[in-house]
Amino acid sequence: MLFISPAAAEAVAEEAAKAGTKGEMLSLGTSLLDACLGYLVVFIGLSLLMLVIIIVGKIMVASSKKTAATAAAPAAAPAPVAAAPVQKKLAPGSAGGVKLYDTDPRDAAMIMAIVANKLQKPLNELKFVSIKEVK
Amino acid sequence: MSIFDSLGKLVTESGFAMMLSGDGWKNLVMIAIACVLLYLGIKKQYEPLLMVGIAMGCLLANASALGGFSNALYHQALWDNFLDESSEFYHNYGHILAHGGLIDILYIGVKAGIYPCLIFIGIGAMTDFGPLISNPKSLLLGAAAQFGVFFAFFGATLLGFNGNEAASIGIIGGADGPTAILTTTKLAPHLLGPIAVAAYSYMALIPMIQPPIMKALTTEKERKVKMEQLREVSKTEKILFPIVVTIFVILLLPSTAPLIGCLMFGNLLKETGVTERLSDVAQNALMNIVTLFLGISVGATMVGSNFLNIQTIYIVVLGLIAFSFSTIGGLLVGKLMYKLSGGKINPLIGSAGVSAVPMAARVSQRVGQKENPSNFLLMHAMGPNVAGVIGSAIAAGFLMSMFGG
Repeated sequence: MLFISPAAAEAVAEEAAKAGTKGEMLSLGTSLLDACLGYLVVFIGLSLLMLVIIIVGKIMVASSKKTAATAAAPAAAPAPVAAAPVQKKLAPGSAGGVKLYDTDPRDAAMIMAIVANKLQKPLNELKFVSIKEVK
Repeated sequence: MSIFDSLGKLVTESGFAMMLSGDGWKNLVMIAIACVLLYLGIKKQYEPLLMVGIAMGCLLANASALGGFSNALYHQALWDNFLDESSEFYHNYGHILAHGGLIDILYIGVKAGIYPCLIFIGIGAMTDFGPLISNPKSLLLGAAAQFGVFFAFFGATLLGFNGNEAASIGIIGGADGPTAILTTTKLAPHLLGPIAVAAYSYMALIPMIQPPIMKALTTEKERKVKMEQLREVSKTEKILFPIVVTIFVILLLPSTAPLIGCLMFGNLLKETGVTERLSDVAQNALMNIVTLFLGISVGATMVGSNFLNIQTIYIVVLGLIAFSFSTIGGLLVGKLMYKLSGGKINPLIGSAGVSAVPMAARVSQRVGQKENPSNFLLMHAMGPNVAGVIGSAIAAGFLMSMFGG
């Protein structure tokens, strides 16, 4: 509970006048209304934003489910009768996907080959996200 | 001129002589306050990145002011003219550039509202809105925790402050330094020093202010609640988020454009994945440079004639009230959500709705883990925490549109 003597309030108002401040003195009723309105505006604003985010989220989840279902469908298709010898599915690798920052493509190719060699893994089973020259 | 005349001139023009005449003692008191703030920043590590700058700005402004007008790094008189509508130098930056010292020139960035916005770009680039996107209800906690802003606004009116001043004092409750600085610069620039110091001091004191309130308002059973794991958020959602928020919030409340716009721009740089270099600059170099300029120029506004008055004491008290009631607002809505969700939401995450990122979320985690060591609330509390940043920007936008006109 705030308690303030009229003399102290007057002193504050005097300081404000001395500082040449802009702004009107508010009555307590107006101030209370402004405070309630402000709190309400923040609540309404963020509640509406919440609804927007929920809707966008639902759309995104639905679309990702749809994409997953489409990708799963061919996998679920029956295998051909005279099936070819089973081959290990190749990883997508980095072809066209790796981002190069200040790096020559030839250097990038060499770096990827060295990494593959060191890891003893085929290059197409590794995924390089980006290669950046550290200066 | 004899050697004695030269010595006499040096003595009478020195700051030591000046501090004994006129209002010089006020500068001396401010130098002492600057030393206390330096101690708090360096030894106690209260928001040191800003506190050290603010304290040094205060020290420089007051020490150089004792050396006379031509030696001062910051000139309060120039800024008084700048703000005085009847002065021929009203809103005249050229006059400041021609006659100002180093800190006057740096202060133009505060006055024009540039530094807080640039800091918001950096904050956006450092913030992961994932926990908020995966649990949008967090926004309600971020809204609830703005209670202190409006409570302190009303309290300031009771204490005799005018509307502009009350709005600037209230925004301390948003627990967001750049927002408080921008709002105060626009509405009540003469209060910038005490408001900035109060805002950053209380932000640093959050680990001490919040836990007793959290324990008083929640039961042991509530504090022990373990929350379900958040869903994974896709990259597309993270990219869409800043775009959607920018469009929606700015259209809703155009006065939030500088803060929300910059916050979301910074976040977009982080999330796109194609602007890594810009994101890196925003998070590090830009943020550090602006923090340096902001701290020193805000601190310089703490000159004796402006700072040593009854208003400063009221601002410090109201700031604490604002912080406490923001925490209370967040906790009460957290408790409501606990009831409505059938005990699935831990109300402790409500207190993180005050924006101070990530300090408030860490406090929620710490208090929750004290009750139940296997409880990890941090990611759940980050949702309300970043929602608080948006909430305080909206509260500031509302106050600026109400009183800035």
